[in-house]
Order: sequence, then C-alpha cells, then structure tokens
Amino acid sequence: MRFPPILAIIALSSLSSAAFAQDSTELLRELIHESEINKTNYIENTFKYTRVVDGHSIVNLPAHVLDVRISHRFDPINSGLYNFLGLDAAVMRLGFDYGITNNIMIGAGHSVYQKTYDAFFKIRLLKQSTGEVNMPLSLSFVPTIAINTLKQFNAEKTLFSDRVSWVMQLLIAKKFSEKFSLQLMPTFIHADKISFAHVDLNIAAIGFAATRRISKRLNINGEYYYRLNDNGSAAHNVLSFGIDLGTGGHVFQLHFTNSIGMTEKSFISETTNQWEDGNILFGFNISRVFQLKKKHY
Amino acid sequence: MKRNLFSFILFLFVLQQANGQLYYTKNGSISFFSKSPLQDIEADNNQVISVLNIQSGQIEFSLLNNAFHFPKAKMEEDFNENYIESDTYPRSSFKGTLININKVDFTKDGNYPVMVKGDLTIHGITKNITANGAIIISKATISAYSSFTVFVKDYDIKIPTIVSNKISEKIQIKINCSYQKK
Repeated sequence: MRFPPILAIIALSSLSSAAFAQDSTELLRELIHESEINKTNYIENTFKYTRVVDGHSIVNLPAHVLDVRISHRFDPINSGLYNFLGLDAAVMRLGFDYGITNNIMIGAGHSVYQKTYDAFFKIRLLKQSTGEVNMPLSLSFVPTIAINTLKQFNAEKTLFSDRVSWVMQLLIAKKFSEKFSLQLMPTFIHADKISFAHVDLNIAAIGFAATRRISKRLNINGEYYYRLNDNGSAAHNVLSFGIDLGTGGHVFQLHFTNSIGMTEKSFISETTNQWEDGNILFGFNISRVFQLKKKHY
Repeated sequence: MKRNLFSFILFLFVLQQANGQLYYTKNGSISFFSKSPLQDIEADNNQVISVLNIQSGQIEFSLLNNAFHFPKAKMEEDFNENYIESDTYPRSSFKGTLININKVDFTKDGNYPVMVKGDLTIHGITKNITANGAIIISKATISAYSSFTVFVKDYDIKIPTIVSNKISEKIQIKINCSYQKK
C-alpha cells in the first residue's frame, strides 16, 4: 500500500483534472434530468390540419390565428369526358376559422350547396401527453349548426326552425407514432326538414379517420362515417380519401369523396353518391392562415 | 498509513476545489435571427441550461428545440415540424472551452473578451466552431455573451426553394447567460 508521495501527487492531479472534465458534463446531465422530470410533453400534430377531409380533425388552430378556407367539390368523375370528368361543375364553401385560445376555435362558412350557412365551435377537453401528466388520447367536442336558406315553393309554410340542423361530435384521437394517428367520431345529428327525405330526423353515426405521414409536407388521410339509423333513406355512408400538401404558405388538401355537401349534416347523413357506382367526386381545400395578434410569451 | 491519509485529504481538497469552480444556469437565453428579403424571423429560448467551469474554461449548453418561441404560431410549427424536427432531435447542444479563460479575473468587475471553441450539435449534426464572446463580471455575477453565425446547410436543414426568400441560409445566434455558483 506504500507508494512515493510524488506518485500520489501525479495520480491526484490526473484524478482531479478528470474530476474537472467529468463534473461539468455530469452537472449538465443532472440539470437536464431535473428539468425533464416534472415536465408534461404534449403531443402535437396528431393530424396535419384542422380537417381530415370533410370533417374535423382533433387539431385546433393556435390562439389568434385566422384560417381562410376555400373548399371545392366537382361533379362525379363518371359524368364523362363531355363534362371533363366532372371538373366542369363545382360547388364551393367559403369559410373563416379562428383560434380564440389554443383550445377553443370557432368557425363560420357559406356553402353553395343548398345555400347553407354554418358555424361551429371546436373545444379541446383532453390533450394526449406523456411525462408528469400521462394522457393516452385527445378529446374534443364539436357542436355545429347549419341553416339551409334555399328558396322554398311553399315559403310561407316553411318555418325558420325547419331549416336549422345541428350536429354534436366528439373527437377521440390518438397519435400512435410520428407517422400514424387514428380518430373516432361519435356523432349525433338533428337534421332539418327541408334538405332531404330522412326517415329519422335524429341520426346517430360513428366516424373513423386515419392519417399517415409520408414526408414532412405530405400526409395521406382517410375518413368514413357509418350511420347507425335512418337506414330507409336514400343516403349512403360517406367515404373519403385525401392528401395534405403543405407549401410553406398555402395548404392544399386534395381528395376523392362520394359527398357533395361540406357541412357535417350533409356529408354524414345526406350523401347520395356511392363509390361502387363510380360516383366519386374530386375536391380540394385551400387554406391560408394569418396571425392576427402576435404571440405573447 | 499517514501518507495515504494525507493523500486522501489532499484528494478531497482538490475535489472540493473542483466543485467550487462550477457555475450553472437553468434559464439562460439563446435567440436566433434570420434576415431575408421578405421577412425577418426572431425566436427566443429562455430555458437554456448551461454549465461553466471558471478554472478549466469548459463551457456547455443544452436546450430544448421546442422551447424556442416565435412571434407567429405557424413559424413555430414549421420550425419544429419541417426544419429542426424536434421530435427526432429534441435538443441542441454545445460543448467547448473558453480558450483564454486565464485572462479573465473572476474577482474583478469587468468585460473580458473571450474566444470559445467547441462542438455545436444541431439537428443531429456536430460541427466544430469558434466564436467570439465576452465574460462580464459585475458585482460577483458571472455572465456570458456571444454572437455568431451558422449556416443551415451545415446542419443538414433544407429550406425549400419556394420559401427561400423568407428564410435565410445564414442564421445569427445570440447567447446571454447569467451563472450562479454550484
């Protein structure tokens, strides 16, 4: 156990310099660990944008952001070459969405189809997270109201209340990986009396949506709503596929769907086209966001 | 036995001294600027963790990329999603040395120019950089300042042509950290 003092000093000095080197890195590691231990990491971008195809996704606009949306649906592709595969005719919806807070957004729009005015709230109730707060999924509530303002032949007999429809939706979403998210949409619809010959005016439906990230700027989405009643009517379930294309400024969503309506009540409960008949419509949404108020931090 | 005891005490003393050289911060500030014809972008991060050894001059920084705040929500989203890719590369870090640390008199107030050299890791890519900075001693508080430029292509961050007149290839980084004793 004996060694000369000079050796001890050399050993010590090398040890102490090792201690220097180790200590600052170790302290940094300790501080990082400390900063992460009581932190909740919220999962962002479960879907790319606020809409899957026709319907809402779990994504909210950030606070003070205005989103101007112009959506188009063309005629069915099988309407023939004379009709330029449906592109000769189009309906559109002009909409404005706004983020009041990061968790509450509102929106309103007007559709050419049935001259419909619509408005909605999207309220986030739960947000998927890991860490201190471990929340396996996100949950939002979306109430929507729509008013069909088409002129009626028996106008004096049509009450305003006959024109109003409303929809309550829950969005339950989970991001499984960086590339894949799923969403379930239990939906309750109260249809208006003039738009469509429904068997039941109160319709329940369940929606399914998925998104797959292909690259930083490209997502593929699918959306399907299964109606649980109103089976005697001429409506079919809506099925849509689309891609999200970010260009840095504008966002393009291109899709194929069997619905012509772009408000919840119409595409979920009043879609008359069928994929198996080739009655598929091409459509696209263009969206542009504007920051109305600078962020505070 | 006596000698060993002496060595042990000396060792403890040296170790103690080593700890005494360490300063740290948990809320340092790092901001960056991109100046381009169509828009200027500025982002701040005020949760930077940094450690400084005032004897060896060793200095380290670590920050969470998603703690950078931008004036516009869309910029912040694009930064995290498309450019820095925060989910894959959550942190950026620097590990280096203040080369002329011996010129800094930590007992006397003053502004001491320093040069720092080390490894900067952004977007999973590590590059050796050298930057000028200053250590400022004021009323026994140690602060570190630096400003330097990085090129996004050095860190494999691609800016699409469509937004090339909105985001500069050249990013200026500013550091401002006040340290406290460990």
